[in-house]
Amino acid sequence: MTTPLAVAYQVMWNRLISVVEEQAQALVRTAFSTSVREAGDLSAGVYNADGLMLAQAVTGTPGHVNAMADAVAHFIRRIGRDNICEGDVYITNDPWEGTGHLHDITVVTPSFHNGNHVGFFACTAHVVDIGGRGFGADAASVYEEGIYIPIMKFADRGAVDQTLIHMLRGNVREPDQLIGDLYALATCNEIGQRRLAEMMDEFALVDLDGIGAFILDNSRRATLEKIAALPQDSADGGMTIDGFDTPIDLRVKLTIEKDRMICDFAGTSGLDKKGINVPLVYTKAYACYALKCAVAPEIPNNAASLAPFEVTAPVNSIVNAVHPAPVALRHIIGHMIPDTVYDALDKILPATVPAEGAGCLCNFQVSLRPAPGHDGVRSEVLAFNSGGAGARATVDGLNATAFPSGVMTMPIEATEHTGPVIIWRKELRPDSGGAGQFRGGLGQYMEVGATKGYEFDFSAMFDRVGHPARGRRGGESGGPTTISRDDGAAMQGKGKQFVPDGARVILGLPGGAGYGDASARDPERVKRDLTRGYISAQSAMDDYGLSEQTVAAILDAVAKGETA
Amino acid sequence: MQHNIRLGVDIGGTFTDVVLERGTAQFSTKVLTTYAAPEDAIIDGMHQVCAKAGIAPGAISQIIHGTTLATNALIERRGAKTALITTEGFRDVIEMRTESRFEQYDLNLQLPEPLLPRQHRFTLSERMDAQGNVLIPLERADVEALADQIAPMGFESIAVGLIHAYLNDSHEQMIREVLAEKLPNVMVSISSEVSPQMREYERFNTTVANAYIKPLMKSYLGRLKGRLAEEGAECPIFLMHSGGGIISLESAAEFPVRLVESGPAGGAVFAANIAARYGLDKVLSFDMGGTTAKICLIKNQTPKTSRVFEVARTYRFKKGSGMPISIPVIDMVEIGAGGGSLAHVDAMHQIRVGPESAGSEPGPACYGRGGARPAVTDADLILGRLDAKDFAGGTMTLDRTACEAALKSHIGDTLSMDAREAAHGLSEVVDENMANAARVHAVENGEDLSEYTMIAFGGAAPLHAARLCEKLGIDRLLVPPGAGVGSAIGFLRAPFSFEANRSVYIRLADFDPAAITALLADLQGEATGFVRSCDAESPILSEFKVYMRYTGQGWEIPITLTEEQAQNPDAATFKQRFEDEYAKLFSRTVAGMDIEITVWSVNATTPPEPATRTKEVITRRTAVISGKCSVFDPAHDCFLHGYSYDRTRLAPGDHITFPGKITEPETTIIIPGSRQAVIQPDGCVDITVKEPAQ
Repeated sequence: MTTPLAVAYQVMWNRLISVVEEQAQALVRTAFSTSVREAGDLSAGVYNADGLMLAQAVTGTPGHVNAMADAVAHFIRRIGRDNICEGDVYITNDPWEGTGHLHDITVVTPSFHNGNHVGFFACTAHVVDIGGRGFGADAASVYEEGIYIPIMKFADRGAVDQTLIHMLRGNVREPDQLIGDLYALATCNEIGQRRLAEMMDEFALVDLDGIGAFILDNSRRATLEKIAALPQDSADGGMTIDGFDTPIDLRVKLTIEKDRMICDFAGTSGLDKKGINVPLVYTKAYACYALKCAVAPEIPNNAASLAPFEVTAPVNSIVNAVHPAPVALRHIIGHMIPDTVYDALDKILPATVPAEGAGCLCNFQVSLRPAPGHDGVRSEVLAFNSGGAGARATVDGLNATAFPSGVMTMPIEATEHTGPVIIWRKELRPDSGGAGQFRGGLGQYMEVGATKGYEFDFSAMFDRVGHPARGRRGGESGGPTTISRDDGAAMQGKGKQFVPDGARVILGLPGGAGYGDASARDPERVKRDLTRGYISAQSAMDDYGLSEQTVAAILDAVAKGETA
Repeated sequence: MQHNIRLGVDIGGTFTDVVLERGTAQFSTKVLTTYAAPEDAIIDGMHQVCAKAGIAPGAISQIIHGTTLATNALIERRGAKTALITTEGFRDVIEMRTESRFEQYDLNLQLPEPLLPRQHRFTLSERMDAQGNVLIPLERADVEALADQIAPMGFESIAVGLIHAYLNDSHEQMIREVLAEKLPNVMVSISSEVSPQMREYERFNTTVANAYIKPLMKSYLGRLKGRLAEEGAECPIFLMHSGGGIISLESAAEFPVRLVESGPAGGAVFAANIAARYGLDKVLSFDMGGTTAKICLIKNQTPKTSRVFEVARTYRFKKGSGMPISIPVIDMVEIGAGGGSLAHVDAMHQIRVGPESAGSEPGPACYGRGGARPAVTDADLILGRLDAKDFAGGTMTLDRTACEAALKSHIGDTLSMDAREAAHGLSEVVDENMANAARVHAVENGEDLSEYTMIAFGGAAPLHAARLCEKLGIDRLLVPPGAGVGSAIGFLRAPFSFEANRSVYIRLADFDPAAITALLADLQGEATGFVRSCDAESPILSEFKVYMRYTGQGWEIPITLTEEQAQNPDAATFKQRFEDEYAKLFSRTVAGMDIEITVWSVNATTPPEPATRTKEVITRRTAVISGKCSVFDPAHDCFLHGYSYDRTRLAPGDHITFPGKITEPETTIIIPGSRQAVIQPDGCVDITVKEPAQ
């Protein structure tokens, strides 16, 4: 192969990105965890021999962005360079050296080519169960959240550690699925390794030094060019959210220098007693994701393109929780980080970032069991749902669409096949999008019950009950989260709550906030929103000043079918 | 079959291709598609080929038709005024989609609008559970009231999609009955018939799509039948469907969503037929035109099929940016890479090619019509693959200066490359994009491409196919004649077929052979009925397929059952078949997990037309050269001197051992230094790896 390197490197970079996408797809197809296969809660990447990430698959979760980039360096340090052998597979679920909670298992495989150690493949997936109290915020420390796997060898020169397997089997609720997932992770790295070997053969490479330098140099230069074009300035941002028992203040100071962007979370609330604390790796991931979306969206993630984004936070603030703080539901606050960062960035770069949105995914877990006097089996059902996204400077917010998370919801028909749960309603929530020149995305209504003869515990993981998304530049707030039982009993936004046989949980998932003053909204858009029922007649008149006659004419046209 | 004169018609975006076949003789033409009345182009084309063949339209015994009209109506939103009736609480399923963003880093992302606006979606109080039991009964009076409410609204078509209706269709049937009474002129499509599969978004969207294009397609097919009869062609007309078979005009009018992607399906059938002629069991078909390239795996002379695909992608061909249609379909990977695909250099100094395309106006820079940005065709010109003076059969002269300027200013200047290097980079990147798509598709299906043969067709494919083969480790490439009208020829090779499928969850732990036999017999009856309505005599073969996974997984693996396994099902055999296939895909099985079947399918089909095996040439003689040429060879990173050949003057047995190219009016076949070519008796150019020099 004598292709000049400039062209060959172009091809190889494309190939490496394709390799990690393929690695990630293999995981999606073999994993047992709902969050992996339906929601894309996983990641995969390839690294050079020094542990620098060269390429990462774009998956449903930005939460792994930096965590993955940092992880391999921890593995090299813990395993020891001299102890890295062909056929090895390493593993951990360390929240601080992996991706933020015990439910994420990271597997790293050193890659050898013709006997030489040339790099690593790593992948992470959220597993069904890791023991402890189960997936929820109820633990008082990480020790209660499940079994901890320090960085260690899962396989030593091809031989899987059976002691580890026995220990894990004995500590989790779904041992077959967990072990199945571990092998799926190992297999996906193997697939990446095979593709890499083929590429190295095709281009007669002995190591990844040349292509690695090409990727990192170009990514660094491109990222620095983007940052250099920004105003060198600094601004404060903040947001207050529900928290578990008491509200949490998120505070950030964003500084743009000529060659880096720094987020300092000084001033943010301290640790919570419950498991909603966030290890710094996860905070970094979402802060960095937010900045990259706004500043350098087209540059792929790798060690060099991520390096100019720096994130710091005081130790044992809620966004830099250290061992042994409970961290299982670190996603709730993690998903709120982008809106916090955007509050600051908007002051430096106007008309770039959206208004606040629902933020964290509106997930819940239903633990079903037969009601007293009935027969049946127990089951656990986890559901991913989204509120509305914030309006943008030139377009409305997305209805019932996740941001910053990129996960997908499950079909309710599939959800109902996993246990005796019944989703009675899942549809858009009119009037929940904050009014504005550009309207916030609508949240959604859901109603959750069970087959007759079953009762359940409903683990709520919602925020924005008392702190709805705030509008930008005159836009109104989005609708808050609402939660109650159909029999009138009150419910909380977070925590495990009992629901008796025959009762339903009624949810209003939050809307995104508006952007700009509602009076500036194009009247045609207001009429369209009313025609479609995104807003009520009341809102059309009160928020947007449509006349009573106009409203009546529109509703009449809808009833006659005279609308497109 | 005794039909000896058959007509294949493919309406594409630009051209309507018509092929008439009498015995082994073929007569073809390309006519510009007439959007306002697509049947006009067909009539025009039919008369042209009839004249060439010296017959009257009345002599045609069968017409097979495929069309992009259904696809285009969905892309361009030109369907009928349509309503959806669904379960209370689920009005917005087709609008809420998967609640995710298909592009993670675009803050101003916009999602495609649903086919029907919210005010055209109505609900009824009713509910089935996940076992198909009635939780809330449907009251006939409610349906009647709703029918009265929407009667004055002027809908031409109504889709009905209820939760879990794939398990119990009684409520959907009741709604159809009431609508038939109250609104007899409105067409109705119900989800339990159109697409009885679990997953409400896909099922509802498919049903809505069917309803949305039904009035248009029904009226078009009716008009077509009338016009053809007026012109003397009173023979039966059949339609190509997306699954690679043909169905009656009446079935097509009832389920027009099955016509989506019928053109590309014809291309895959065309390639499958060539595979049969050469006895090839593993074929990769590669179809590259002006804006996209399509890749399909063909095993045992049968194109691979799938249950769901996406149409009308709105964002750079990105997965998730279109709408899902769940019907049996030939599984094709489509990427935005064609002769007109434009290149630029991004912020990372990476050359990017496509999916943006120059189209035919202004076209690539070398067309000299004002196109300033370099396209794949420009790179092909600079690299010597195209001849500036002999393009499109000499009807057009290419502008080399404009082409070099475009490559230089949009790629070369940023990357310090001259036009030749820029062209090389552009060409390698687009070839790599296509090779990557093929690699990933093969891996997802557990296939090793080095065992495959490539069959290439479409205007741009023969220029790039051999390089793709080098990249993919494929040793043999066939470029058939007639590749420009491949899909229309494919229609003539397609069997009558119909696939019926249904979602029913059964765990192997609860395996009930009697229930399974009954389910499969039911599906077989449904599928066979459609085929029998087309062909009263031929034997009908049934292919049984189940989709299986470990309980708890979200991805099913298709397992084709033998007739015996389908008729006498037993759990142990199913388990064995699944584990074998799983281990093949993922290198190991998972101990301790229960296995479940999620979807059952039966494809009824008439036997494939027996393909006459091509007697491959044994004796070879040196081909007559028509000129010298110099073509860039990426694998050698230099121009190689060789010869050019005129395809029309090549004869079976002609052997080409030099690098170079074979030209024909519609395309050019490139033979790189690593390959040799021989002309086979059926006109295929057979390009293989050179034997190593002694």
